[in-house]
Amino acid sequence: MIQTLAFYLFATIVVASAALTITSRNPVHSVLWLILAFFNAAGLMVLAGAEFIAMLLVIVYVGAVAVLFLFVVMMLDIDFTELRAGFVRYLPAGLALAVLLAVELIVGAYAWTAARIDLAKRIAPTDVTVPNIEAIGRLLYSRYLYVFEGVGLVLLVAMIGAIVLTQRKRADAKAQNINRQINRRAKDAIRNVNQPIGQGVEL
Amino acid sequence: MIGLTHYLVVAAILFTLGVLGIFLNRKNLIVILMSIELILLAVNINFVAFSAQLGDLVGQIFAMFVLAVAAGESAIGLAIMVIYFRGRGSIAVDDVNRMKG
Repeated sequence: MIQTLAFYLFATIVVASAALTITSRNPVHSVLWLILAFFNAAGLMVLAGAEFIAMLLVIVYVGAVAVLFLFVVMMLDIDFTELRAGFVRYLPAGLALAVLLAVELIVGAYAWTAARIDLAKRIAPTDVTVPNIEAIGRLLYSRYLYVFEGVGLVLLVAMIGAIVLTQRKRADAKAQNINRQINRRAKDAIRNVNQPIGQGVEL
Repeated sequence: MIGLTHYLVVAAILFTLGVLGIFLNRKNLIVILMSIELILLAVNINFVAFSAQLGDLVGQIFAMFVLAVAAGESAIGLAIMVIYFRGRGSIAVDDVNRMKG
């Protein structure tokens, strides 16, 4: 009973906040609604018994991706009213297409049933005596080790790519030139002067 | 225990909202990227729901991979957007015709 109530609460909020994400006037509000949607999706996943993915969703999406979006939205000085042009024009066709797509997907979801043979073909059956995190860890570091490392490589490439793309040389910025610094010798930099009395120093 | 179909319906609506977001905000690159995140979230909900229903952990492993790829994708997308904004002073998708492709 309480599970059903929680499911409908989470489901309603996730759908409502997703709708507000795509219709908000201010992109900062959009990002905040997106964060709410992620939190409630994590709740749905906890209800399904996938605690690890739920916590990962909160940490990765809310902690990293949404904050990244927030940074970018606030960093760039964009005229968002101009970007909203055409919103009303595309609304009827877009809504019609969206309703069509949703009806198709939902009809498909109701038409599908798992056959007995499908249930027999499980790759990694869940063991009720092992906690979710432990079971995922066992699977991830044995059978899916190479895929896991491949995902690490994808993240590394994404990180290097983002740094390379956004780095720029600015003319007014002062930076250290290591090569020049090492090649400088004392005889080029220091001058001994026997200064006569009563005259200024010539620089 | 909530049935699989309930989860599938929520995910279907979420997916549709993501597609609709791309459709409606076709000039605003930031909202388009957020819509893609919504679509991937719907896919993740499907993975987890099937994993729970069929008693097979592979769905949750795959959801994790989807999560990682989504994080990388949004980082690269936002980086491209930032350099595009530096050069152009706007992020309207309609103006992206510099390469005359």
